[in-house]
Amino acid sequence: MLKTMTYASFGAALMATTAIANPYSEYEGTTLVVNFPAHPHYDAVMQILPEFTAQTGIEVEVDQLPYLAMRERQTLELGQDEGEYDLVAYVVFSKADYVYADQLENLAKYFMNPNLADPSYDADDLIDGYVYNIGFAGGSRGYLEGKTGSLFGIPYGSETSVLGYRTDIFEKHGLEVPETYEEMLELACQIPALEPGMGGLASRAASGHHAAHAFLLHLNPLGGAIFDDNWEPVMNSAEGVAAAEALKQIVECGPEGAVNFGFGEALGSFLNGDTAMYLDTTVVAGQVNDPERSQVVGNVGWALHPMGTERASQTGGFGIGIPSNAENKEAAFLLMQWLTSREGDKLVALAGGNPSRFSTHADPDVNAAFPHMATFGEALQYADPDWRPIIPTWGRINADLGTTLSEVLTQELDIQEALDGVAERARAAMDEAGYYSWQ
Amino acid sequence: MSDMTVAKGMNQRRPAKRKAVSLANRLSPYAFVGPAIIVLFIALIIPLGYMIYGSMLDWTASQSIEEADFIGLKNYTDLWNDPRFMKSVSVTLRFAFIVVVVELIVGVGLALLLDRDIKGMTFLRTMFILPMMIAPVVVGLMWRFMYHPSDGTFNRFLEKIGLPSVDWLGEHALMSVIIADIWQWTPFIFILALAALQSLPRSTLEAARIDGASPWQQIIYIKLPLMMPVLIVTALLRLIDAFKVLEVILVLTDGGPGQETQILSHRINETMTEVRHLGEAAAMANYLLILLMALTLGMLGFNRWQENRTARIRAAAEEDV
Repeated sequence: MLKTMTYASFGAALMATTAIANPYSEYEGTTLVVNFPAHPHYDAVMQILPEFTAQTGIEVEVDQLPYLAMRERQTLELGQDEGEYDLVAYVVFSKADYVYADQLENLAKYFMNPNLADPSYDADDLIDGYVYNIGFAGGSRGYLEGKTGSLFGIPYGSETSVLGYRTDIFEKHGLEVPETYEEMLELACQIPALEPGMGGLASRAASGHHAAHAFLLHLNPLGGAIFDDNWEPVMNSAEGVAAAEALKQIVECGPEGAVNFGFGEALGSFLNGDTAMYLDTTVVAGQVNDPERSQVVGNVGWALHPMGTERASQTGGFGIGIPSNAENKEAAFLLMQWLTSREGDKLVALAGGNPSRFSTHADPDVNAAFPHMATFGEALQYADPDWRPIIPTWGRINADLGTTLSEVLTQELDIQEALDGVAERARAAMDEAGYYSWQ
Repeated sequence: MSDMTVAKGMNQRRPAKRKAVSLANRLSPYAFVGPAIIVLFIALIIPLGYMIYGSMLDWTASQSIEEADFIGLKNYTDLWNDPRFMKSVSVTLRFAFIVVVVELIVGVGLALLLDRDIKGMTFLRTMFILPMMIAPVVVGLMWRFMYHPSDGTFNRFLEKIGLPSVDWLGEHALMSVIIADIWQWTPFIFILALAALQSLPRSTLEAARIDGASPWQQIIYIKLPLMMPVLIVTALLRLIDAFKVLEVILVLTDGGPGQETQILSHRINETMTEVRHLGEAAAMANYLLILLMALTLGMLGFNRWQENRTARIRAAAEEDV
């Protein structure tokens, strides 16, 4: 009898110890409501969430929306006193708006809390460019790394730019994979002559956000920028003109109708075999070898974003953060930490998502499943967190830039004149927003 | 004495009662109209007032309305001096004017053609109004596929008959959007014009026929003038709608290339979702409202002037008789 009691007490004590040691036990049975975009990475996340629930006992209810609708929904939700969402995925350019409006939790207090922060999290393994681009605010220029900055989100579903090319076409004509902008532009116009009916390089160019995005892809590698260190617009510099000329040449040598291509059409023309090269986000890697979506299965190789005067690739995609008006902030942090942990990142990569850690890109299992991951990992070293400004006035400048560039592409507007106009209007917008108050 | 007192008392009460009844009679219309006024106030006046107030604020999507600064008419004056906004106004006017005129011509023409007893007429009428039943986003997608430069129906057809392909959504973007809108909304004019035609007094038409009026003369001098009040209201409804088209343009061209197809509603949407300046978007919406009200009042004024003119002519003719 005494023996039985001793065992029972020991068992109870062990259970109690386990309960204390398990950081999730306090939140077991909690249901988190999260808002994610309809996006290939988050489709992969949906596959790994049951594993989180199995490990932690925390349920997750996902509200998945197209990303523009998601942003609109968040604009409404985050402004309420009590929000519906415990965790949100946000587009990188929302960072400025949300942080500025005090709608995202500063993550310092969670990482300082020994009951919540996992000592094996290894934050240094997170890709620097993505962290500063998507999660960091208050540092240099207000949105980059710096001594005054702080972390408001963690990159999740981040992307950089790479060059995709048709191995069969390149082999057939003995073409070299372009390493510089000069080579890429030359090839882009050479291919339609070699393969009649085929475009050189698929690019977005449609009026608005798409044209602006395509221009920005070329601006940094060619040595240009949107603003100088004093917030003076410099997109109309010689480098800016060179970037717009590159875009124009790519569109002219692109597939038929390229001038109206959004992201979907540009990708579609590459997947349909109408274009020999593709220069844009890494997020499409999972689709090129999917026979239901692609006609170029097994014929696509990947290379680094070609080098201009420097090597620089885009940083974009999504991050995850905890809304200031969330109900279950601590449990949301645990989900966020689990998803972006080494284990979670590997799981999502194997499910077809975009990893956010250096270790995942180097992981043998991930590389065996997705051989392009090594190239993507190398591309990340050049991911430029400052490839576009993440400031509240950017929306206005971006819309103007995209519309004007579309006019350059379709109405033969003089490039220098067009970019001078954008710079002038951008300066007025920046002035009104107070960026020259201290000058 | 007591009888007289009672009678006097009754006489004194009667005017008071009459007064109360008369007051109730006077108030009862207000009581009946009251609920409608309350609904109108909640559903129309408050949102409109909110929009007018919002348009005078420096208000971004990240702020609540209380946090925004009051800037008076700055949003309006800024827009007035913004060439890109003015370009949108010009595109909107061109788009609305062309679609309404063409839809009126085609819709009324079809109604005149089909206002007769032909076998299978019900089926034909249903087929004609089918485009109107399709969701605008689907219409946009459908036409986007048909306008596709290499795989689209139109360019394939042109290629087949040996003609050069057309850059539908590039060089001819506004025309392509106009064609899609005409395809979708001509049936609306057709239905209303047909209903107006079928309700015309048969005796007038019969008299015209007996007097030897040709079919053209019947159309020009009898049918169209009699249909005019209905056609003006129909045109007005279409005009209001044409000013607010968004989904089809969003899917077909997204306002491009450049600003070629950026009508006002698209610019309002862009200002809200990309620029995220709600105050400026509200000011644009108010400009659109003012424009539409001016057009509506103009057309209704024209209608009234025409009715008065007809009445005067009729009165003069009757005097002559």
